[in-house]
Amino acid sequence: MKDFLYLAWKDLLMEFRTKQMLNSMVIFSLLVIVIFNYSFSNIMFNIDVADIAPGILWIAFTFAGMLGLSRSFASEMEEGCLDGLKLCPVAPSTIYLGKVVSNLVIMFMIEAIIVPMFIVLFNFSDIKGLAGLIVIILLGTIGFILVGTLFSALTVNMRTREILLPVILFPIIIPLIMSSVMATQKVLSTGDLFSAIDEIRLLVVYDLVFFIAAQLVFEYVIED
Amino acid sequence: MLRDINLDIKTGDFLTIFGPNGAGKTTLVKIMSTLVSPTSGTVLVHDLDVKRSPLEVRRLIGVISHETYLYQDLTAKENLQFFGRMYGMHRDKLEARIHELVEEIGLQYRLDDRVGTFSRGMKQRLSIARAILHDPKILFLDEPYTGLDQHAAATFDSILEELDVSDKTQVMISHDIERGLALADKVVILHGGKIVYEAAKDEMEGVEQFRHTYEHYVKEV
Repeated sequence: MKDFLYLAWKDLLMEFRTKQMLNSMVIFSLLVIVIFNYSFSNIMFNIDVADIAPGILWIAFTFAGMLGLSRSFASEMEEGCLDGLKLCPVAPSTIYLGKVVSNLVIMFMIEAIIVPMFIVLFNFSDIKGLAGLIVIILLGTIGFILVGTLFSALTVNMRTREILLPVILFPIIIPLIMSSVMATQKVLSTGDLFSAIDEIRLLVVYDLVFFIAAQLVFEYVIED
Repeated sequence: MLRDINLDIKTGDFLTIFGPNGAGKTTLVKIMSTLVSPTSGTVLVHDLDVKRSPLEVRRLIGVISHETYLYQDLTAKENLQFFGRMYGMHRDKLEARIHELVEEIGLQYRLDDRVGTFSRGMKQRLSIARAILHDPKILFLDEPYTGLDQHAAATFDSILEELDVSDKTQVMISHDIERGLALADKVVILHGGKIVYEAAKDEMEGVEQFRHTYEHYVKEV
């Protein structure tokens, strides 16, 4: 049962040592936030930044996440490590869960850096909806990583995986991103988590469906 | 694609599989080691069906390949700890086993160094330790000499000898006829997905004769 935690530990140890994903994800997402903030606050004066800020936040999360996901299984391709992993007496769903946990930890770390920057740059001085925002980010990120990890495994053997992953992942995560953006907008404007209850319900169902479905199909995804 | 394969390997035997590129040697070993699921037929490892009980079969086997299955950004120790834990080994037993094995493969002084800094020969020695960490009953060797110079290949052989894996059933894929014959209790030649030649130890020829036999079968088919 603990096997997936060993796998996540291994991935995180390698990532903290090389910082291959972390560095590029942090820089990329900060650039997105800063450039969008500069563009909309200083150039397009007639736009209310509070209306578009949730969209910008989720663009930063999604693009940074895709950058990380495209490399999630790359370390397993060197020296045939994926075969080494598949030869271990663990169920394929364990490999999937291990990857999900390590991807989630990395993604949450990125978000912990982006969100304060976002609050400062977009002047959210009244942050009464912060607890609600955290809940929505948690639910949205979990769904994104559950699906993204599955598709990352699917594209790992392809030479064009860095292009292909966003192309095939994007249509699947549209409902998730739309609900997350709408929920973020409602929570930030009202400060009340229950104002976004419909979107939260959808996020919970999305996470549950893909949590179960991904574990069922992962065996076939990583098969030779 | 493999066809009409009927192979019986007795406990403790050393089987060498020869064959040209594309003959299906690696596919055969991948099926026997649960990496690839057979579309038809049955493979039994210690009476366990590889298709129905892959996890149980994996506990019984170890694989040494030309790919080392080692993480370049982890140290030798971290690699062995990770694989040991994935095999469900208890922490204390695992630490003792790691120290025992690294001494035998002569890497005790590089235990805390990243595998990415190792030479090809050192990586291959470490991959032996990784493969036998959980004391498997069956060892698959998929072209283990690929990329090794003569000295490294000889060291690889002597380590396998010193580790005394003779009680284990071993299946090796090799292009090296001399080495493959010296170790084998049984040899097969695979070509076009079929076994075209099979001989037990008492029927085996010398190196030169076998080379002719190999060329004859490979050309004929």
